[in-house]
Amino acid sequence: MAKAAVTTTVNLGSVNAIPLGQGRCYVVANQEIAVFRQRDGTLFATQNRCPHRQGPLAEGLVGSGRVICPLHAHQFNLQTGSGGEPEECIRVYGVQEIAGNIILNQSQF
Amino acid sequence: MGFDSVLSDYRTNGNGGSELSVVRKKLVVVGNGMAGARVVEEILQRAPEQFDIVMFGAEPYGNYNRILLSNVLNGSQQATDIFINPLSWYRDNRIRLHAGVKVSHIDRRRRVVVGIPLKRDSLAYSANAESDDDASVIEEPYDHVIIATGSRPFVPPMEGFGAEGTFLFRTIDDCARIADFAKNCQRATVIGGGLLGLEAARGLLSHGVDVTVLEAGPQLMMAQLDPEAGDMLLKTIEAMGIHVRCNTITTKIARLGKRITHLEFRDGSTLETDMVVVSTGIRPITEVAMLSGLNVNRAIVCDDQMRTNDPEIFAVGECVEHRGQTYGLVDPIWEQANVLADIITGTNPDAAYYGSKLGTKLKVMGVELASMGATKPANDDDEVVVYREPARGIYKKLIVRGGQIAGAILLGDIESASTLTQMFLGNVAVPSRRADLLFGTPSGVSLLKASDLPDNAQICNCNGVSKKQIVEAIEVKGCQTVSKIAACTRAGSGCGSCKSLVAQILEACVGEVAYDPSEHYYVPGVPLEKSRLVSEIRNRGIKSVSEVFAQLADGREDPSSKVGLASLLKTLWPDEYEDERDARFINDRVHANIQRDGTFSVVPRIYGGVTSADELMRIAQVAVKYNVPMVKLTGGQRIDLLGIRKNDLPNVWKELGMPSGHAYTKAFRTCKSCVGTDFCRYGVGDSIDLAQKIERRFQGVESPHKMKLATAGCPRNCSEAYVKDLGAVAIEGGKWEIYVGGAAGGSVRKGDLLCTVDTHDDVLLYMGRFMQYYREHGKYLERTYGFLERVGIETLRQILVDDSLGICARLDAEIQRAVDAYHDPWQEAEIPAYPAQFSGPELAYALEVAENNG
Ligand code: SRM
Ligand SMILES: Cc1cc2nc3c(=O)[nH]c(=O)nc-3n(C[C@H](O)[C@H](O)[C@H](O)COP(=O)(O)OP(=O)(O)OC[C@H]3O[C@@H](n4cnc5c(N)ncnc54)[C@H](O)[C@@H]3O)c2cc1C
Ligand code: SF4
Ligand code: FES
Repeated sequence: MAKAAVTTTVNLGSVNAIPLGQGRCYVVANQEIAVFRQRDGTLFATQNRCPHRQGPLAEGLVGSGRVICPLHAHQFNLQTGSGGEPEECIRVYGVQEIAGNIILNQSQF
Repeated sequence: MGFDSVLSDYRTNGNGGSELSVVRKKLVVVGNGMAGARVVEEILQRAPEQFDIVMFGAEPYGNYNRILLSNVLNGSQQATDIFINPLSWYRDNRIRLHAGVKVSHIDRRRRVVVGIPLKRDSLAYSANAESDDDASVIEEPYDHVIIATGSRPFVPPMEGFGAEGTFLFRTIDDCARIADFAKNCQRATVIGGGLLGLEAARGLLSHGVDVTVLEAGPQLMMAQLDPEAGDMLLKTIEAMGIHVRCNTITTKIARLGKRITHLEFRDGSTLETDMVVVSTGIRPITEVAMLSGLNVNRAIVCDDQMRTNDPEIFAVGECVEHRGQTYGLVDPIWEQANVLADIITGTNPDAAYYGSKLGTKLKVMGVELASMGATKPANDDDEVVVYREPARGIYKKLIVRGGQIAGAILLGDIESASTLTQMFLGNVAVPSRRADLLFGTPSGVSLLKASDLPDNAQICNCNGVSKKQIVEAIEVKGCQTVSKIAACTRAGSGCGSCKSLVAQILEACVGEVAYDPSEHYYVPGVPLEKSRLVSEIRNRGIKSVSEVFAQLADGREDPSSKVGLASLLKTLWPDEYEDERDARFINDRVHANIQRDGTFSVVPRIYGGVTSADELMRIAQVAVKYNVPMVKLTGGQRIDLLGIRKNDLPNVWKELGMPSGHAYTKAFRTCKSCVGTDFCRYGVGDSIDLAQKIERRFQGVESPHKMKLATAGCPRNCSEAYVKDLGAVAIEGGKWEIYVGGAAGGSVRKGDLLCTVDTHDDVLLYMGRFMQYYREHGKYLERTYGFLERVGIETLRQILVDDSLGICARLDAEIQRAVDAYHDPWQEAEIPAYPAQFSGPELAYALEVAENNG
């Protein structure tokens, strides 16, 4: 019997608030979340702080579904959260664009 | 004496060990000095459980570092500081130590080692040291014996040595005796002008006595120095207040009653003194071996496994004669101890000692000294390279034989000693520019070839990667290119200065280095090297990074390539370039340098390092208003406001009312200057005015990497212009020298002289020309120092000064375009370039909470 999953859905406002190809940091329920808007329009959402030394990933360089941390250039896959360095990975969240808005799904089990 | 009590914790009554277990083989070590203790350490490392170990030591202590006795004598170290193996070490390793017990002989028939306890305060190394009559003889049965009895000081024939006031210099007790006696003396004499004699003299000096050194030979330190160096050392030492007399042979120590009055010399002259320390060389201690019927020549004769003629008895250290050689330094002893440990534990039955070449680094009375191999030429075709600087007591001499170092002497400055020693010991072929051997290469590039280095040598100093690890990466993990090796070992991924060595190792392993085109790509994500990439971009008229990916990388937007491409496009199309901010590194998006905590640093432009009270006040006000955690003077002659929040940046800039200093980007950074003609009494050129002209003209001009400049009003170079990416130095006659490719950061390199010109305008002209050429041909993130190493100054002179390619006019026009395209990025404080450019984290609230039972 599957257990109940609570999904908090958050509207982060217009996608245009994030310049093409860049990321931006939102604070949802006291959690820093980085949302990325790749040039092809795809949205990604991850934890904002780099597991290496808390670098702000939202300020990183983005492309081909990857982000590069601005501090020491560790890389992370935005789809899966897996990192380039051994046992470094980040939390990813469901996010989509609906009617020009960024809709983020935070599920806690 | 007080000295005694200090040492009581290190002294033992004779049974400092633990009970024996019957099963293990029993190893008895005769001699508890540097060799004996070292070999036991080596054995324990290899096979901690293999032997029951018993050690005899004539000195009543655990093992100490004899080398440091000099410090003990001159008071810079306590006797207790120099112990390598305190008694606890013996206990912890279940070693039974008979300290203060002297071995008389080995009874090889009964297989026992026989020891006689010594009287306290008897001379441990003396052939007839007084034994303690009430203590009984100690016998230890053995399976193996290691003899490590070292050597004793040698005393040349002279009347009156041995009685009160005469000393030797070999043990802790000797130091104690000398120090003790010196208290009541005015004058002390050291007989022997070798290393130890001089150390003894230095030690005595610190006890406030008037010291004279007597040398029988014509110079000091005959063993390590040639006459000239010896003479220089002599002057340095006399300058310290020590008298030296060479060619002086002592025949008699004359006394009045017990007290020494003076010395008498062979030439009939005399010298008044109160005490005498003799340090005229050493002789191996061999009685034990002789009385045990082992082969003894000058010392105990051993084979390449350190075995004596009895297969169960080994020897190590100064008491050994190997292939006719005896040694008086520790390095060979460490090698011997390794081999012996390999053999006796069976860890490596093939281990063999082939003798040592001697390279020593010494500090004689604070004078740095390195000496190796021959001190004078032997063959007619030996090549001798000498450098003298008497004023600073510097002397360097090389003897090159058959393209290798046969010997070297370095006095006063031993910078290059370690490289030379490595080359000497490894028989490395020396470079054709002999000067490099003494002063290092101008570029600071290592003289050593990777193939000559031992496996454990560290190749990458940034990431601590050894040659061994690199070879593994190549042979085991199959890395065939430098970049793959970097990816797998991190070697070369730091400052990169070791890449050439890595390449060498690769070559050595796989013969030809596999050609890896990706190493030549301008950026990893676009498969083209720079010139091809540039022409593609020009021909297709590509003006934006996203277009480059679309047209030249089938749409794959490699994030790690974005920044490099942006900088290139800006260089190619200064005014038409379509600036996509996502292609910029965060620093260039917000025109400030990101810090470890995500805040930013702000460095406003201060032209030529000259500011004003007015500017300083504005900086102060901003610092107060935004409570800036740190305000710091930078190494670039400006002021850094550190720890500023992203969303404060625009206001900070506005209120500063100063343009950006570009301290965050790959572009023209600063032009430092010295006071020059305005105030300096030496100034021959107006360096400040020039620096400000340069900075006004080139500020913000992008380039493959940072460009840091400086101007100096004279060759004293107070602004470090010689070691800048570009530097202008004023010389007599109102001329300016232009240097390029200097560096004083992670690498250090003196810039090369591009040309000498007459006016400020010419400086601007040639500097601009060089910058543009570097902008077009430098690899991304290649500093000018790397660029110059790659292209070469001659080539550059031909192109930029002689206009051999006829492109100077174009270069001048291009750089002018770049200059004209400049605008102060901090103006974006007024109109942000894109929404939320400077906004921090955005607060968001939950819309709805959906329950779903899935
Ligand atoms: C602020 C300053 C240190 C200081 O407090 O003095 C500084 C700070 C940094 N330097 Fe530097 N360098 C500073 C003067 C220098 C100098 C001296 C000079 O400029 O005359 C050098 C030696 C000259 C040179 O550039 O080689 C210098 C050689 C480096 C290097 C080594 C470059 C090399 O190839 O050897 C790096 C690393 C790099 O560039 O990859 C570096 C990198 C850095 C960075 C930008 C590291 C980074 O990317 O975050 C530091 C930023 C700290 C921050 O958070 O703001 N900094 N750095 C100096 C600013 C100078 C200015 O006013 O613009
Ligand atoms: C003041 C000074 C400074 C030095 N400076 C340097 C330097 O800068 N660089 C360098 O490389 N070298 C230096 N040396 C030389 C170095 O100390 C020796 O090469 C090294 O100590 C030799 O080690 P060893 O074990 O063979 O002899 P030792 O260290 O002398 O050990 C031999 C031990 O065996 C004991 N022993 C002798 N006979 C018996 C017996 N029958 N029974 C029991 N025990 C016995 C002795 O008492 C001694 O304790 C210096 C030496 C001195 C004295
Ligand atoms: S030397 Fe430069 S790069 Fe290194 S810590 Fe200091 S400021 Fe940072
Ligand atoms: S903090 Fe992200 S790479 Fe170091």
